[in-house]
Amino acid sequence: MADANTTPYVGRAMKRIEDPRLITGAGTYTDDLRLSGMVHAAILRSPHAHARIKKIDTAAARAIPGVVAVLTGADVNASCGFVPCAASMPDLKAPKHTVLAGDRVYFVGHAVAVAIASDPYVARDAIDAIDVDYDPLPVVANAEDAVKSGSPLTHPDLGTNVAYTHNVSGGGNIDEAFRKADRIVKHRLYHQRLTPMPIEPRGVVASYHAGEGALTLWTSTQIPHLIRTLLPGMIGVPENKMRIVAPEVGGGFGAKLNVYAEEALISHLAMRLHTPVKWIESRRDNASATIHGRDQIGEYEVAVKNDGTILGLKSKTIADLGSYLQLLTPAVPTLTGLVLTGCYKIPAVKMEIVGVYTHKMATDAYRGAGRPEATYLIERLMDVIAQELKIDRLELRLKHFPAPGDFPFPTSCGLVYDSGNYAAALTKAKQLANWDQLLKDRAAARAAGKLSGIGVSTYVEICAMGPSKAMPAGGWEWGCVRMEISAKVTVITGVSPHGQGQETTFAQIVADRIGVPIEDVVVMHGDTAVAHYGRDTYGSRGTAVGGTAIVMCIDKILTKAKILAAHLFETTVDHVVFEKGTFTSPGVTNRVITWPELAGEFYVAKNLPADLEPGLEASSFFEPQNFTFPFGTHIAVVDVDRDTGQVTITKYVAVDDCGPQINPLIVEGQVQGGIAHSIGQVLFEQTIYDEDGQLVTGEFMDYAIPRAHDIPDYILGSTVTPSPVNPLGVKGVGEAGTIGATPAIANAVMDALEPLGITHMNLPLTPEKVWQAIKSKN
Amino acid sequence: MPVHVHVNVNQSDQHHDVEPRLLLVHYLRDVCGLTGTHVGCETSLCGSCTVLVDGKAVKSCTMFAVQADGSAVTTVEGLAKDGQLHPVQQGFWECHGLQCGFCTPGMMMASVALLAQTAKPSREQITEGLRGNLCRCTGYSHIIDAVNHAAAHGGVRLQPDSAQGVARG
Ligand code: FES
Ligand code: FES
Repeated sequence: MADANTTPYVGRAMKRIEDPRLITGAGTYTDDLRLSGMVHAAILRSPHAHARIKKIDTAAARAIPGVVAVLTGADVNASCGFVPCAASMPDLKAPKHTVLAGDRVYFVGHAVAVAIASDPYVARDAIDAIDVDYDPLPVVANAEDAVKSGSPLTHPDLGTNVAYTHNVSGGGNIDEAFRKADRIVKHRLYHQRLTPMPIEPRGVVASYHAGEGALTLWTSTQIPHLIRTLLPGMIGVPENKMRIVAPEVGGGFGAKLNVYAEEALISHLAMRLHTPVKWIESRRDNASATIHGRDQIGEYEVAVKNDGTILGLKSKTIADLGSYLQLLTPAVPTLTGLVLTGCYKIPAVKMEIVGVYTHKMATDAYRGAGRPEATYLIERLMDVIAQELKIDRLELRLKHFPAPGDFPFPTSCGLVYDSGNYAAALTKAKQLANWDQLLKDRAAARAAGKLSGIGVSTYVEICAMGPSKAMPAGGWEWGCVRMEISAKVTVITGVSPHGQGQETTFAQIVADRIGVPIEDVVVMHGDTAVAHYGRDTYGSRGTAVGGTAIVMCIDKILTKAKILAAHLFETTVDHVVFEKGTFTSPGVTNRVITWPELAGEFYVAKNLPADLEPGLEASSFFEPQNFTFPFGTHIAVVDVDRDTGQVTITKYVAVDDCGPQINPLIVEGQVQGGIAHSIGQVLFEQTIYDEDGQLVTGEFMDYAIPRAHDIPDYILGSTVTPSPVNPLGVKGVGEAGTIGATPAIANAVMDALEPLGITHMNLPLTPEKVWQAIKSKN
Repeated sequence: MPVHVHVNVNQSDQHHDVEPRLLLVHYLRDVCGLTGTHVGCETSLCGSCTVLVDGKAVKSCTMFAVQADGSAVTTVEGLAKDGQLHPVQQGFWECHGLQCGFCTPGMMMASVALLAQTAKPSREQITEGLRGNLCRCTGYSHIIDAVNHAAAHGGVRLQPDSAQGVARG
C-alpha cells in the first residue's frame, strides 16, 4: 500500500475521478431526474419591462387535457415569502420581490403565472393559453437616466431609483493627494452588462413527504447549504425537515449562486399538489430571468506626479442593480471597492457607489464579481497614465508594486494582502512572451501599416472567501473524513463543486496525508443529507477553505489513530511513527500496523484504550483569518484588421500565482476557462436592453459567447507564492483568468489603435465598433 | 395522433408511438431513457444535444423523433464498447476536456463525426468542426487537446454499423 504513495499525488497533473460518469452519459443532472408521479411546471413571463396587470384569465389553459393547475401570484405568493437578499447595507431601499408578480411586472421575464401538467409540452401549451391583460407603464432601462430627476421610477412606491449610496475612503488624505498632484488623469469606463450563460440552464425538482413533513429539493445550484438556510423562511418547512441536493450541475459562474423564486415556488407546488414537480428553465428564460453580471459605469480620477508617482485614486460608480435584489446584488459593486488599488501602492482612495434600480433583470455575482471591474479599471488607468506621461507602462507598474518583503501588505482599501511577488510574475510573463521580440515585431508591423498591439495586465484578486466577519452568511467551511472499517476513506465536504474538480483534488490531499491509494478515497458533496453543513462553492473558496477543513479532519484522525497504535504497541504516542500509511514504533517493537488492521480495531472495538471512542471519523469547521490574494501577469498580443475591425489575438501569455498547485491540469483548465470569459467580455458579449426595456440578447443567437475558433493557443506559466492563511498554502484559481485577462486584451486593442489617436472605446470591442472608430479617424 | 417510429438506438431496435411534435432529443431522453444527451437551448445553437443520425452529427433538438424513423442513432451511451471507452472519450478524460460535463456528450459526438471525416485534423479543422458546440467551462483549449489525443489513438473509429439505418421489413 505504501508503494502506491511513493510519489505524492498532490502536485500531479492527474486526470479527474469525476470524469468516467460524465463522459459515458451516466451523470445525473437535475433534468435527468424522473420521480414517480412527477408533473411538470412551465412559467409564463412578462413581455413588458413595466406594466400593471389588469387581469389574468387562466380558464382556457386549465381546460387543456393533462393540465393539473394554473396558478398566479394571487394563488401562491402568500405561501412563498419573498426572494431573499443576504447583503445588508445601511439605508438600503428594497422592493419586496414575490415569487410570481403581484399587480405589477417590472422587467421582461418577470414570472407572472405557472402551469403544471402531466407532460412538459402540455405545460407549455397551457402557458401559451393564459391571457394576461397588461397596462404598460413608463420604463427606465438605463442607470444614468434613472438617477436624473423626472425619470420614471422602477418602483413608484420607493419614491426613488436609488437603492443605496456607499462611500468609502481609505489610506491617507485624498484631498491633499489631489492638491499635491502635478496632473489629474481622468477616465470613464463602462463595465457592460453580461449574461453568465452556463450551458445547463437552471432547473428544480421538488418532492414533499406529507407524512414526515419533509421536503427534498434537487436544484441546479452552487449553494445547496445556503438554500437550506434561506428557503425555510420562505415556505415554512423547517430546516431540519429540508434536504437540498445539488446533483451534477452544468456550470454556474455565479448564475447559480443564488436563491431563486422558482426554488420556493416549485417546493410550494410539490406540497400543494401532493406530487413531485419538475421545472426546467428554457434558454430564453435563463437569459431573461437568471442573474446578470457587471453593469457599472465608472468615472475615475488619478492624482499623479510628473514622474508617474500615483498619489490618490477617486472612483464614482453608478451600478445598475436591475429591478430588484437577488442574494448579493447590492454587495457586488462594493467588492470592486475592496481591490480598487489593484496590486499597487496607492496611498489614498475614495470611492462612491450609487446602486440604482432599472426595469431589467437583477445583476449579481458573475465570475469574478467586482474584481474584474476593479482590475479592468486600474489596469486600463495604468496604461492611460503611462501614455499621458509618456513613461513605460511596465516601469509604472513596477514602481508601484509592494516588494515581497512588504507582505502582509495593508492596502488603502482596508485589506491585508497575504503574500505576493508581483515583479516575479511580471518578469516570468515577459520571458515567456519574449517581450523584446514582441516590441520589435510590433514596430515592424506598424511600419508595414498594420494595427498591432500589446496589452499587459498585472492583477491581484480576492479568493478563498472568506473570514466570516466579512461574509454575509459566514465564510467558514465544514468537512468530514471517515476511515471505514474496510480502510476505504469517505470524505464529505461542505463545498459544492460543479466542474472545479474537488472530487479529485481533495482525494489527492487525503490519499497523501492518510497514506492510502487514491482509488480508496471517495469525496461526497452537494447533498445536505450527507454534507450536513457547508457554505458551498463561489469566490474561489473550494480548495483554500474547504480543503483546509479536510486537512483539519485528517489531523484529528491521525492523532486518534496514533493513540490506538500506541496502545497496540504497548507504548506511548510519542514513540509511534506514522509514515505513508503504516504505523511503527522503532526501538519498541518490530510490529508494523497498517490501516486495514487499525481500522478494523476501531470498529470491532474490542481492544480500545478505556478513554478512546470507537470509530475513526472526524469533522471540522475551518474559519479563515483572511482572504487569499492570488496574482499574476497576463500579456495579450493582437492584430486589428483595418478594413473589417476584426480583432485577432495572436499570442497570449498568462502567468498566474495561485500558490502551490494540487493538480496543475485542473489549474490550467480553470485559467483557460476564465480567459475565455474575458475574450467574450472584451470582444463580443453584451447583454442589451433597448430603451423600452426589451431584452435584445435572449438567445445564444444574439448573445455571443466564445466558440472554439475564437480561442488562441495559450502560453501558460506560474509562480508559486504560498499563502500563510491556510496550511495548504493554496490561494484559489477559479476566477483569476476572468479577472486578469479582460484588461490585458482590452489594453492590447487600445495599444493597436493608439497610432490612430483612438484613446478610448467601451467594451465589447466588436468588429463594427472598432471599424467605426477607425473610420472616424480617417 | 401518435405516430409509430422504429429507430435503432445504440444498436438496439426501438419501437414507440410518439406525438409528431416530439423532438428527437426528448424521444431519446424521455422515451428511451437515455439522459446522456443534454438540452442547453432547444434552438440549435449550443450543440449539447448532438447525436449521430446515420453516422452524421445532428443536433437532436432540431429534428422530430418521427423524422428519425428508420434511422440509426448513436448517443453518448453508445460510444463505449464492452467496457472500453471510445478514443474520443479517452481523449476528453486524459486531456481534462470537460469540467461540468454538460456540453461534453454533444461535444464528443461532434468530435466523433469530425474524426470520421478527417482522421488527423489540423487545429483549424477541429475548431471549425466544433463550431456548433458551445462550452462555457473549459475555454476549449483542452477540448482541442482531447480531439488531438483521440486522433492519435484511433479516434477515427466510428461505431460499427452506426452508419446504416434499421432494416425495413
Ligand atoms: S439543445 Fe440542441 S443545440 Fe442546444
Ligand atoms: S464542460 Fe461545462 S459547458 Fe463544457
